[in-house]
Amino acid sequence: MVTLGRYFIFLGTLVRNRERLKVYLRLILDECVDIGVNSVFIVAIVASFIGAVTCVQTAYNLDNPFVPRNIIAFIVRDSTILEFAPTISSIVLAGKVGSSIAGQLGTMRVTEQIDALEVMGINSSSYLVLPKVIGAMLMFPLLTIMAAFLGILGGYLAGVIVGVISHEDFMTGLRFSYNPFGIKFALIKTEVFAFLIATISAYQGFNVSGGALEVGNASTNAVTASCISIIVADFVLTQLLLA
Amino acid sequence: MIEIKNIAKTFGDRQVLAGIDGSFQPGETSLVIGGSGTGKSVLLKCMIGLVTPDEGEVLYDGRNFLTADENTRKAIRREMGVLFQGSALFDSKNVFDNVRFPLDMLTQMSEDEKADRAHASLQRVGLENAEQRMPSEISGGMKKRVGIARAIVMNPKYLFCDEPNSGLDPLTSIKIDQLIKEITDEYKITTVVITHDMNSMMEIGEKIMFLFEGHKLWEGNSDTLAHSDVKELNEFIYANKLLRELERK
Repeated sequence: MVTLGRYFIFLGTLVRNRERLKVYLRLILDECVDIGVNSVFIVAIVASFIGAVTCVQTAYNLDNPFVPRNIIAFIVRDSTILEFAPTISSIVLAGKVGSSIAGQLGTMRVTEQIDALEVMGINSSSYLVLPKVIGAMLMFPLLTIMAAFLGILGGYLAGVIVGVISHEDFMTGLRFSYNPFGIKFALIKTEVFAFLIATISAYQGFNVSGGALEVGNASTNAVTASCISIIVADFVLTQLLLA
Repeated sequence: MIEIKNIAKTFGDRQVLAGIDGSFQPGETSLVIGGSGTGKSVLLKCMIGLVTPDEGEVLYDGRNFLTADENTRKAIRREMGVLFQGSALFDSKNVFDNVRFPLDMLTQMSEDEKADRAHASLQRVGLENAEQRMPSEISGGMKKRVGIARAIVMNPKYLFCDEPNSGLDPLTSIKIDQLIKEITDEYKITTVVITHDMNSMMEIGEKIMFLFEGHKLWEGNSDTLAHSDVKELNEFIYANKLLRELERK
């Protein structure tokens, strides 16, 4: 409970006594590149293969001749949009981006760079963390959209190449019973996950004391706490928005 | 002038500082000396606002830093320059951008003015040829000099140096000490140096305060340092074999 309280106080410091808005613009752009552009490759690989595996495994489990083959594409589409693209991508990003944020801030803390900012009268948490949070919240949804597209494409290519589903069946299943709210739901989830990953990791890194060992521990804790918070938030949001 | 009155700080059940008083004059290089773990760095952190003391006052030209409102604290902070033990340069910025950073964040100067000020600061510490290098590409002594350039770029009234010689060879240490002394004299800054380096004490110690287990045990200057009758101070000074031999002769 104490940690939770400190986390919320930390969130308050991000928006209190902010620096000039102009200061943040460049920093946010830098973070967009760091968090978003630099994560394209890993998200693309993971999403494509998860789509492919989903398609092949679904086909393997649906061998009943009374179940139409286009159901495979329907399942690939919905599981990718509703779960894999936002949640699995966020868990991958918790590992990549979360550990990077915690490590970066932790190193700045133990090398007195954060103290240097504070001595200058700069709100160090706002200056260092707010651009990361905004950068993550801007870029994660774009990565999720890309992951959803590549996941379905991966499923299509795997299904057609392996021969478990034809092009026509896949296209039919893809269009079957489509609810556009699924996209909104995925993007809402992604925004929440982005906020959780960026702030939890920043909190872990920002409050490091000690040396290299503690910075490493902070990175590990950041990834662990981010992943747990993603899973819990995923359940809560699913219950709130889909139930 | 900086005055500290009755500064006390406890971490858990361990008292780190116990009722420290003192004053530091403009144009004077004041040293706070003592062994490791005696509270020197905590005292510095209390003075610059990184640690809040349990008791006491820190006055900057009569302004109480600890009880001042946010605007006054910001104003006082902008009059401070701090050289950290590990230099605390920003890894992601080159030398020039590190020095220009306080001007970018805290002033409304034009780009040209900021560039001129940063160039002048780097020139003052003899690093005009290293402007585009990254902190990871320069030596420890150069990092300290960049740290000093960043500390003086805002024309501070108060300069704080935490162990400016740590990790440096004796020759580079002397150069850093001389640079701090020259800058103090040149700009009439109130300079406070935390150190346990004997060379610094003898070279630049216009005023020296000795801390032992959180208490101030002695105050004097480099001339009186070697002749004190404080046992703990003598043990600290003559811990070095060479100095013991010299004292015996």
